[in-house]
Amino acid sequence: MIASGYNYWMAMALLIVGLYILMSHANMVKKLLGLSVFQMAVFMLYISLGKVRFGTAPILDSSITVYSHPLPHVLILTAIVVGIATTALGLALVVRIHEAYGTTDEDEALALDRKPDAP
Amino acid sequence: MTVVLVASWALITAGAVLALTGALGLFRLPDFYTRTHAASITDSAGASLLLLGLLLQAESFAVGIRLLLIMLFLLFTSPTAAHALAQAALKDGLKPVLGRAARR
Amino acid sequence: MIGNVILVDIALFAILLAAALGIAHTRSLYSAAMLAGLFSLTCASLFVVQDAVDVAFTEAAVGAGMSTVLFLGTLALTHSRERVTPPTRRVPALLVAVGTGVLLIYASLDLPPYADPANPVQQHPLTERYLQTSQQEIGVPNVVTAVLASYRGFDTLGEVAVIFTAGVAVLMLLGRLRGNAAGSPGTAPAGGLQGEHRVLRVVAKLLMPFILLFALYVQFHGDFGPGGGFQAGVIFAAGIVLYTLVFGLGHARAVVTPGILRMLLPLGLLLYAGVGVATLLLGGAFLDYNALSPQDPVQGQHLGILLVEAGVGITVAAAMILLFYAFAGRGARS
Repeated sequence: MIASGYNYWMAMALLIVGLYILMSHANMVKKLLGLSVFQMAVFMLYISLGKVRFGTAPILDSSITVYSHPLPHVLILTAIVVGIATTALGLALVVRIHEAYGTTDEDEALALDRKPDAP
Repeated sequence: MTVVLVASWALITAGAVLALTGALGLFRLPDFYTRTHAASITDSAGASLLLLGLLLQAESFAVGIRLLLIMLFLLFTSPTAAHALAQAALKDGLKPVLGRAARR
Repeated sequence: MIGNVILVDIALFAILLAAALGIAHTRSLYSAAMLAGLFSLTCASLFVVQDAVDVAFTEAAVGAGMSTVLFLGTLALTHSRERVTPPTRRVPALLVAVGTGVLLIYASLDLPPYADPANPVQQHPLTERYLQTSQQEIGVPNVVTAVLASYRGFDTLGEVAVIFTAGVAVLMLLGRLRGNAAGSPGTAPAGGLQGEHRVLRVVAKLLMPFILLFALYVQFHGDFGPGGGFQAGVIFAAGIVLYTLVFGLGHARAVVTPGILRMLLPLGLLLYAGVGVATLLLGGAFLDYNALSPQDPVQGQHLGILLVEAGVGITVAAAMILLFYAFAGRGARS
């Protein structure tokens, strides 16, 4: 049971760790790191779905007959680039929040927000 | 061609042993500068030996020239990276552990 | 059954799990950022083992390159240590994460076995179309490029739009320089390195042409091997980032001016959409490259893929360099 689907277990384990980092830490940069771990666990899940035993990369060559499936590769290529776009935008927001509130901690920033003289 | 194959596997094993040595040094050595040296062994010597071993097993000239180029660029960049790391630490004020204290 | 590959998979997964747990545990954010770079590079190795060479290329360039640089840039502008996480946050998060994971693992028991050639996805007729028929229809050996640029070209247009949007948004957030650092060399945190860093300056000067040439090689060779617009754009940006780190933001802004980059950023997207409109005007559907050369559709496909990948490469390179300039220039205040 585990041996036939061990790639799913690997992806899910990393997904659990990524989700935990994202939810438990209050520091915003750490949250973005957790999001990136989570994203990569999802990528691993998709790529492993396309693999064929004894296959090779989907670059056509006359001497090879078995190829891994190219469609997950295309989807994940897009997803990686979108992931970095999200991360970059998130980091820019963190820098601006730090400039406005003086902290990158979510709880401290929310506490400052509740005060009457919020930035 | 078994001599070539044996030589290739000997080089690959040597490269792997050096990489492992680098990792071991990262744990056991006492000081930042000695640890940087250990880590740079993995990058430069370990990787170069591995690439030389793979070069002996390369199927075609195209693959071989690519491996040579990778080794060339690796030999340029890994020592430079270790140098940059050590120089940044020195500039920051981290003093190397010398003399009696290093022999703990 | 699965062979010895399982050993490699388990070893790489052990490194990934250790790196992820390290990111969770450490309170020093610099260590966490470097561990994330290690995580990305090991993920790229795992992708190679699973035959996804294009994806591994992109992940190594993007994750271990640009992403680490952006994280370190942010940490230089903000705090680099985090406070201790209280148990009131830890315990519910742990319960939710483990609960979600258990549910997903239970669901994954119904998924097909790993790497089995009899999987439903491998038997689907679309696989046949992509792997066999694409040779007659498009004639590009790298099937991932063929699918990315031609069969699913509309998705890729959307993706280039996402990169463009992220570039514009970061420019709006961080683009306005505070203080008087617009163009003065050496005042930015990535200030130029002086005389005692001769080794770094010489090696950087030696490597720069090779990095940029390699980016162009990857761009145009994406039809025949792993590569394409995204990887090329990111590698080009990484070369410029190296130049900036060694010679200073002022010199880099003089060489690769932000004005030109701001013009190149939409130019790639316009090129991509322009190819689509051109095919419309020539009588085909949107992004139907066969219309570009009616006598020889395969040539039309090649031309279409070339133009489209060029558009992708231009926008991605401009966006990544502008992102880095935005983060690096933010710290230069009066």
